[in-house]
This record gives sequence, C-alpha cells and structure tokens, in this order.
Amino acid sequence: MSDSRRNFLLKWVSGASAAWLAANWPAEVAAAEKAQGMGNFTFFTRPQAAEIDAMSAQIYPTTDTPGAREAQVVYFIDLALVTFAQDKQDVYRQGLADLAAKTGGKPLGSLPDDQQIALLTGIEKTPFFKTVRDHTIMGMFAAPQHGGNFRKVGWQQIGFDDSLNFRAPFGAYDKA
Amino acid sequence: MRIYSPSEEVDFVVVGSGAAGGVMAKQLAVAGFSVVVMEQGPWGAYGHEQDYNKDELSNRFPAEDDMLLSDPSRQRNTFRRNAGEKAVPGHHNYGCVVGGGTVTYGASSWRHLPWEFDEASRFGTIAGTGVADWPVSYAEIEPYYTQAEWEIGISGPNLQTPLIAPMSKPYPLKPLPLKSSGALLQKAAGQLNLTVTPNVAAIITEPYNGRSGCINCGMCSGYGCQVKARSSSAVALLPIAVATGNCEIRAHSYVREINVDASGRATGVTYFEKKNNNREVFQKARCVVLSANGTETPRLLLLSKSSRFPQGLANSSGLVGKYLMSGNGGGASGLFPEPLNEYKGCVTGAAVLSYVPNDMKGRGFYGGGRMTARGQMSPIQYGLAGPHGAPSWGAGYKKALIEQANRRLTMVNFISQLPVESNMVDLDPDVKDAWGLPAMRITSTSHENDFKAMRFFIDRSVEILKAAGATQVWADDVSDSRGGAHARGTARMGNDPKTSVVNKYHRAHDVPNLFIVDGSSFVTGGRNHPTMTISALAYRCADHLVKAAKAGNVTI
Repeated sequence: MSDSRRNFLLKWVSGASAAWLAANWPAEVAAAEKAQGMGNFTFFTRPQAAEIDAMSAQIYPTTDTPGAREAQVVYFIDLALVTFAQDKQDVYRQGLADLAAKTGGKPLGSLPDDQQIALLTGIEKTPFFKTVRDHTIMGMFAAPQHGGNFRKVGWQQIGFDDSLNFRAPFGAYDKA
Repeated sequence: MRIYSPSEEVDFVVVGSGAAGGVMAKQLAVAGFSVVVMEQGPWGAYGHEQDYNKDELSNRFPAEDDMLLSDPSRQRNTFRRNAGEKAVPGHHNYGCVVGGGTVTYGASSWRHLPWEFDEASRFGTIAGTGVADWPVSYAEIEPYYTQAEWEIGISGPNLQTPLIAPMSKPYPLKPLPLKSSGALLQKAAGQLNLTVTPNVAAIITEPYNGRSGCINCGMCSGYGCQVKARSSSAVALLPIAVATGNCEIRAHSYVREINVDASGRATGVTYFEKKNNNREVFQKARCVVLSANGTETPRLLLLSKSSRFPQGLANSSGLVGKYLMSGNGGGASGLFPEPLNEYKGCVTGAAVLSYVPNDMKGRGFYGGGRMTARGQMSPIQYGLAGPHGAPSWGAGYKKALIEQANRRLTMVNFISQLPVESNMVDLDPDVKDAWGLPAMRITSTSHENDFKAMRFFIDRSVEILKAAGATQVWADDVSDSRGGAHARGTARMGNDPKTSVVNKYHRAHDVPNLFIVDGSSFVTGGRNHPTMTISALAYRCADHLVKAAKAGNVTI
C-alpha cells in the first residue's frame, strides 16, 4: 500500500515541492496511510485521481509550506463526489475527458509546471475548473474528518484554532 | 409535550415559531390557553442543543433534516426589480426550523428609537413612499421591550445617550467582548468623534435562566448554539410554552391555507404533514396567529383565497405583501498589520451609533444606519471568498491568503430603507414550490434616497477603517437588496383599514379572529435591526390578546 500511494503522489511532484516532500515524507505519509487506509478511491479511477491531484496541486501548490497534495485534498474530493457533491459527478467526468483531450492523453502532472499552469489558466472559467478549485479549497480547510486538511495543515496556515472555546482578548487589538 | 388532535378545536394556532411565534406561543400557553404551533421546518436540535453541529462543511451542505434555513430549491422564490420584468429564480431564504431565524441569527437586538415610530410627523412624508406614523408610540411599547429583554435574555452596555432608546430597566447581562474589531472602532471613534459601543445581542454572557453563557466558539451566525447561549425562541421561549402542558409544537408542518367560514371568521389552518407523505390536515382553532416572517406571512395570506376573500385573506386594502423592506447594507473592508482573530466570538463586536438619527438637512437625504464591526470568516468561507486583490488560485492566491488571514475587518452596515408600495411579495404566476403551491415572487427596487444612504455609509466605512489604521481599504459597491431575512412591512399596522392590514393590536382589520405579528407589521423599517422590535410587538400583542380572550372575545 505505502509504496503505491507514495509512487502515486511522488510521481507528479517536481522542483521545490519534491524537496519539501522528500524532507517531510516519511512521517507524514506513514501516519496518513496508517490513519486513513489511503490508497483506495471510491469515485475516481487511479488515473482520474492523479489528474485531480495534479490540478489541486496547482490550485493550492506546495511552496515552502504544504499544499493540496500534502493536505490529501484528492481524497476529500473523492469522498465529496459520493456524498454532498454527488451532483457534481458529471462535471468531473466531462471535465476530465476535456482535459485529456487538451493534454493529448498525457497525465497533466507529467507536464512541466509552466505548461500545467498555462493549460489550467486556459480553462479557468469552465465549470469543471471552478468546481475543482472550490473543492480543493474546501479540502484544504474543512475538518480533517472529511478526508483533506491532513493534520490540520490548512488550518495552521491561516491561523485557525479549532478549539471552539475562547476567552477574550481574541486578537492583537483587544488586549487591555 | 401535550398532543392535540387536529379535529379538536384549540384556542390558538400559531403559524411560525420564531421571534414572534415563540413569544405568542409562550404567552398564550402560560395564560392557560391551548396552543398548537405550526412550524414548516424540522426540529433542529430542540431539547438537545449540545448536538448542534459546529462543522463548517456539514453546515454548508446539510442533510435535509439538518437544515436550519429554508432551501430556495424547495421553498422556491423568484425575483424581479420591477413589475415590467420577468422574475428569475431567487435566492431568498429565512430561518426554517423550530425557533425560526432566531436559531441561527447574528442576534443583534437593538430597540427602535422613540422617533422611529413617528417619522412621518417628525420628518414629513417623502414622495414615492408610504412613510407613515405607527399606530403605537414608543412609550406604549417600551414596557414590552423591557419584558422581552429580561425574559429572552439580552446582553448589552448600559449607556445614557440619545443614540440609544431610553430604557426603564438596564439590560440584564453585561455585553459580549468587544473583539479586536470593536477595539479598532473605538480607536477610530476617538479621532472622528464617534459614539461606539459594544453590540446589543440576544446572546447571554453568563448563566441566565438555566442556560450557559457564551463560550465564544466562533461558529455563531448560521449555526445552532450548542451551549444555549444564543437566546433563541427555541431555548428561551418555546420550552416554557411546552412545560405548561397546554402547547404542542408541530414541526414539519407547512401551512398552506388559513381557512375561513361563511361569516369570514378563521376556523383553523390546513397544512402538509410531512410524516404522512405531506397529506393535508386541517387543524381546527378558535383563533389564528400568523407569525411566519415578513415574506411568508403575506404569501400565506395571498394563498388563502376564498370566495369571500378573492384577493387573499385580510387584503381588502390591497396592501398585503406591499411595502416590502428586505434590508439594505453595504460597507467596506480593511486589512490591519496584526491579527484580529475575528473568527473567535460572536459575529459582531461593536457598533457605531453616530449615524443612526436622521439628518436630512445635513446629509440631503432621509435615513440613517447602525454600523457594525465584523470580520468573522470561518476557514472554508475565507478560502472560497479568497484574499483581497489576489488571484483566485495558484501560488499568488495561497501567499495572499496566508498573509491576509485574520487581519481583516469589515464594516457591515444596517441602513434604513423606505417603504415603497411597488416593492412587494406576491405569488409567482408560473413557478411552483416543491409542494406545488405558487412560489413567492419578490419585486424590489430601493427608493433613490436609499441609494444615497448606502453610498453615505460606504464612504463612512472607508473613513473609519482608515482612521483605525488599516493598511489597505476597499469599499463595497452600492448594491440593492434582493430579499433577505429582515423582511418587514408587508402587512402593515394602522388605524385605517383602507391603508393598513392590521390594527394597533395586530388584529387583521378584515378578520375578527386573525392576528398577524412579525416583521410584516412594521410601518417603517427602523435601521434594519428588526428582531427586538418584533419580540416587543409580540409581547404587546399577546398581552392585549390574553386579556381579550379571557373576557371571551378576541375581537380587539
């Protein structure tokens, strides 16, 4: 399991992202797989999942901090498409087919970053891209129980504390 | 809970369980009358509020039985700017659960000021509007505001200023935390000579009537409160009604008609009973109280056509649904150098009161508003909306999203809106709701004066944010309302049956045993903070109704 998942993800990573992942990989992924039994998809085929993973990774990229890939957003989306976002299944099917036509059947993630970005910019007004964009962001910032935001990496980046129980002062300006 | 048979004639059917329906049910049941409350929506977590969900994703995509608001794909509605346009599908929605909108609302609880009840006499009428005096004065309603504040549980500052209505008794609870947004407003107030106070809210700040004080969880407006700190009708009023043994709450019961007999008296209501595949059930009642909100109340009256009332029930004036005021806003946002963490605590920190009064000479237009400091965005909401002035995806998006996180303050303003007869709720001639009834159609274009008011408040918002030290400020566009939960004016009160729908006791002029009390009763709109006044009107209505009913005749 771990090798296939590792390969599935690492295969499409390049540049700085790869460096970040290489440094952080073992602990993060081992824990992820153990915790969530990763590697299987409910809605997507593996090649479809790879395409969505590549798109998400451009929408919320890995920089000096984790991105959609480390937050395991593709699993969030996979789950979404069989739960609250079932009505978006056709948008994905059609969108993936259109994307394949644009890449000539090559996996999106196998293209250089600048080509991926150019290609996605070309389709950014489409319902498919907009849906993947919104689902990627939801996967970054929804509670981890929904499949993404792994180890709350999304919440940490935007300084969100999910304690749900606070005392004033709350911020820098209401301190006495 | 006492259960009545639909064939049993109860004293009162109350349609709606929100700010007004909850008060009516509680007051009538405590007085010893038999009451059935009809609620279109589900139970929510009534009686087990600890189960209210704080998960943002689930709240955004609730299962049907977990919905706390109406769903425009089922409670369909349409919208058009004027009668010449074909209406398009609308997004209007409202609280739709036991407790109504008070289960999820932001909970601001400002009284109207004394002069908001007689603006026509004080400031004159305005061409193209129906500005008129209310048939009740502030002095008549003041005791009911006090009763509502103490029974429901309102927190707020106790200040003496002409910008706050005079109160015969202070608020029962100290105000909520000011938040960083409020502290920044105070800073600006010092420079601009403004009056800023903590917000007045139906959220308790310490234990009160067996409920917990607010724990500032932050998942507030739009969510049910799991510690019962928000003083909703569902925790502050309905349980007392039920505990009398006289009151049944019937959830999932969508009233489609108020029935009348040949003499023109209401005989009860017909509703769809969800648990039995939406079969139609008739509940017999001696008297009907309609508190279904400022848009559904007029719709139900218009749906209740009969040979005796061919243009809808209680509509001899032709004014049912007219003079809709659905709420105008507009403001500005700014970024500050340090984190405000507005996601903690309730939605509103503080309010600017200086522009509440009219200043027609100074500003050149009628109206005013209350400005509130906010910035609360939960994580998904923030991510989807995106950072200001940045791309909507990619590295630039991510960088700006992280940089701007928790540093935003937004001025959200509650602005006057004039009653205009052509702004209305009626029945869409083509579109049906999920139950096969004519959908609600909203027609609305604000008066030109209201656009000036919105522009004024957007400009003041920019000024305040700059004075508070924002490093970057951006203004909203002026944008006219398209419906909303603050709907008022659609069954207005008045002494003359030709120019109003209900009398000063909320009895329909045309129907001796039908009482209509909610936002629809408003004559003028105040400053778009309607709930406290809805509660007070209901307490006053109930007081008179109980006395009359005990004397054996509700025709007051």
